[in-house]
Amino acid sequence: MTVLTTRADDARAVAAEVTDPELPMLTLADLGVLRDVTVDDTGAVEVAITPTYSGCPAMATMRDDLVRSLNEAGFSDVRVKVALEPAWTTDWISAQGRAALAEAGISAPGTAPTHSGPVPLTLGPVRRHVTCPRCGSADVDLTSEFGSTACKALYRCLSCLEPFDHVKEI
Amino acid sequence: MTEIHTHAPDDHDSAYDGLLVNDAHWAFGTDFEDPLAGVDTTVPDGVDATALATYCLMLGDDALVLSQRLSEWCSRAPDLEEDIALANIALDLLGQARLLLARAAAADPSVVPALPEGSPVPAEDALAFFRDADAFRNVRLAEVPNGDFADVVVRVLLFSTWRLALFERLAASRDAVLAAVAAKGVKELAYHRDFAGRWFVTLAGGTDESRRRLLAALDALYPMWPELFSAHPVEQDVAGAGVGVDPSTAADSANAVLDQVLAAAAVARPDRAALAGVRGRTGRHGFHTEALSRMLAEMQVVARAHPLGRW
Repeated sequence: MTVLTTRADDARAVAAEVTDPELPMLTLADLGVLRDVTVDDTGAVEVAITPTYSGCPAMATMRDDLVRSLNEAGFSDVRVKVALEPAWTTDWISAQGRAALAEAGISAPGTAPTHSGPVPLTLGPVRRHVTCPRCGSADVDLTSEFGSTACKALYRCLSCLEPFDHVKEI
Repeated sequence: MTEIHTHAPDDHDSAYDGLLVNDAHWAFGTDFEDPLAGVDTTVPDGVDATALATYCLMLGDDALVLSQRLSEWCSRAPDLEEDIALANIALDLLGQARLLLARAAAADPSVVPALPEGSPVPAEDALAFFRDADAFRNVRLAEVPNGDFADVVVRVLLFSTWRLALFERLAASRDAVLAAVAAKGVKELAYHRDFAGRWFVTLAGGTDESRRRLLAALDALYPMWPELFSAHPVEQDVAGAGVGVDPSTAADSANAVLDQVLAAAAVARPDRAALAGVRGRTGRHGFHTEALSRMLAEMQVVARAHPLGRW
């Protein structure tokens, strides 16, 4: 029993170190897409990951990277399954993950919106408290709600004039 | 003393060298292709599997067909930011389509077109690339040709307003896969709807020309709005079984949102008759405009030429 628990801890530790293919400064655990790692009594590892967005093109790469890392760590039987529910939210990005994003020049998301009823339409300007990850200025301007990947919006800093990505709240 | 730095062949100074080592990092040629790997796809009690599969095709085809139309905008939008926005929206819809088509295939494998033995094409790709237009169940709003930027703004506004209202209800589905796809889709569609709503107001209040084009786009696309809320028998069936949504029940909230946008843009709702079907049959029945078969011809040609192809 103790041995199995240790194996599960080992597998979890290996899986937690695998990085996101599109945000390589973040581990899958810090991004919150790594949902579960279990080891059964035959030693088979099952890892559950969840997509950030429905069209996330990185899922297959994440699965390959998980299998490769676990294989290299001595786990020969590895299955990766998809967990669709509950839906991923940026609130699952860890404090360490947020620090790593900022370090890499990417603005971390604020708190994700929650709705008790229908999602309200927002026609006015987007209100977020965003500061420039390079110079810290709060004088920033939203260029587009859509950016280089599905999970990011595009901003520019009006102080240092650099463009930057912001992970948008979902 | 002058230091001469020589590059040993195994130094990784060239960006290309990095690509040549440790091939294991690349995902090419993997067999991890099932978007529902490990997901419980059991059909809920009391639900007809074929009806559930057909309903998933309807919602999946809506997303797939509009995703393809939006992808046609790639490199053609007025500026880079809008180009990226449309590509992002297309990607979200493609992701929804993939999950929904995979769910259709898992619910009733008989809906998937048969391919030659040994074909590596997964079920959701067989559904996307090997069905003819009359087997597609999408609403016609998704399929009509693109037109100009005002047309894409109006189309995304109408489509996402409707689909968001549907998905807010579908999130309570007894089918766990549909519920999960809908709950995630709501978050994505809220961004699409806000994007299109803001551009709608901007174009309406911009120049005479932008307003003229916006009104023309609304006039052209609005006749396809009523079709979105007209329930096909399959939709009524799955709604009755607690796994789907009867679209007529989403009409009030979708119309309220549309009214909000129209009011903010000072645009009146067009007085236009609904686009007729063929003896009442429309996109949900597989009766489409001729634009769909042309679009599919382009979308499907490579996959159909190589049914045994590995990519």
